[in-house]
Amino acid sequence: MKLIIAIVQPEELPEIKEELLKRKIYKFTVSNALGQGKEIPIQEVYRGISHEITLLKKVRLEIAVNNDYVDPAVEAICKVANKYQDKGRGKIFILPIEECIRIRTNEKGKKAIG
Amino acid sequence: MNSLELFTINNLWMLVATILVFIMHLGFSALETGLTRTKNTVNILFKNVSIISIGLLTYALCGFNLMYPGDFSFGQFFGFGGWGLNVPAGDAGLIEYASGKYTYYTDFIFQAMFAATAATIVSGAVAERIKLNSFLLFSLLYVAFIYPIAGSWKWGGGFLHQMGFYDFAGSTVVHSVGGWAALVCAYLLGPRIGKYTKGGVKPIMGHNMPLAAIGVFLLWFGWYGFNGGSVLSADPGSVSYVFVTTSLSAAAGIIGSLLASVFYLKTNDLSMILNGSLAGLVGITAGADVISPMNAIYVGLISGMLVVFSIVFFDKIKIDDPVGAISVHLVCGIWGTLAVGIFSTNHSFATQFIGVLSYGIFSTLSAFLIFYSIKVLMGVRVSEEEEIIGLDIAEHEMESYSGFQIFTVE
Repeated sequence: MKLIIAIVQPEELPEIKEELLKRKIYKFTVSNALGQGKEIPIQEVYRGISHEITLLKKVRLEIAVNNDYVDPAVEAICKVANKYQDKGRGKIFILPIEECIRIRTNEKGKKAIG
Repeated sequence: MNSLELFTINNLWMLVATILVFIMHLGFSALETGLTRTKNTVNILFKNVSIISIGLLTYALCGFNLMYPGDFSFGQFFGFGGWGLNVPAGDAGLIEYASGKYTYYTDFIFQAMFAATAATIVSGAVAERIKLNSFLLFSLLYVAFIYPIAGSWKWGGGFLHQMGFYDFAGSTVVHSVGGWAALVCAYLLGPRIGKYTKGGVKPIMGHNMPLAAIGVFLLWFGWYGFNGGSVLSADPGSVSYVFVTTSLSAAAGIIGSLLASVFYLKTNDLSMILNGSLAGLVGITAGADVISPMNAIYVGLISGMLVVFSIVFFDKIKIDDPVGAISVHLVCGIWGTLAVGIFSTNHSFATQFIGVLSYGIFSTLSAFLIFYSIKVLMGVRVSEEEEIIGLDIAEHEMESYSGFQIFTVE
């Protein structure tokens, strides 16, 4: 069992979701995040004063899967993100999972995750 | 048509205008809330709600009789007609009160709404860092005594009125009087933490542009009563004339600020064109019934440009005005008053200038005296910690958007 954490650009989310579903990965969590990466900061102007925004809006995806599904999940994310050539496409982290429990049934491990 | 019917219509229009001026307070509240940060919203609304109360009550207690004293007791500078409302008995307080235009009570309530407006102007300039009690005390003293005494010089028949100074609906009498106080208070208070740093001026962004836009539309809406009611009757010619000059100037104010924003600031700044329309409105307020509609466009256009340059200028000299109240109400109030001397052949520029100067000196000195005394006696500024937490929690132990997730970066 692995936990895949991916930080991606928000505009990629709808397509990534589609690609994940195509690969039979149906369970994941999405949250808003702010991050600073390699991309060029945004310039904003407010009442005549311009300023640089370095902490930019990102989306944080958390996908817990059985080992067989790690590669398809990574593939799904990369396929969408690599359509864009500029810097700042984000990162994927893969962590081992010690245990997974489905709260309602108390199922554990592989069964609970799928 | 007999005069009783005309009296009823006149009086009804004055009361409608009063309602319109009342709704400007909602406009001020929305605009101020929109252009400041989430963490100070409860505080801003608290101030705005308190001010309408302070304005109306003090005007009933002494303001009305200071502004319209009847007889002056000290030169043509000061007079007091007694505490409370002293309505003349019978028809003298009704149809005969203002030759069939409005009743005593209408006169009072219309003017009382104006008084509250003057105090509200200060609120925006001192937002996000002023102590609530100090602000309320300042507003109380300023609107109870300074505003009506200053107002009596023109509208109460005082020395400026006798000199021929002209201010139709209060570019100077209301907006500049409030604007001068805003300038003095913002100066004595100092800027918000993080606004002027070693690395230059840092923007502190307002948290709700839709609310700011609603506020501006409401203020414009209310201005039809502010200017339209200042005709002081339902005279068809004058009221419709004033509606036209008011609208054209506000529209031109948007164009003026748009041009300044695009060519000078190199951006399409919504908050600037919002201020620009208000600038046009403040600008035309002094001469809405004497400046021709075509000249009203010039007045508005210049007001709109002026407000953008003024906002940048006040940031340069490090006077922090979160909503641009000083630029809109003071700078454009002065311009609008002088514009009467430029565009109306019946009024002299020199007299207009003397009027602006008299109000400037009196308002600045009295605002300084009151606010400085409060600063020494009880302090005017919240602690650094309270300012960073936000006045909502620090002054009111309350959140403005409980249950909403709010993303704070800095």
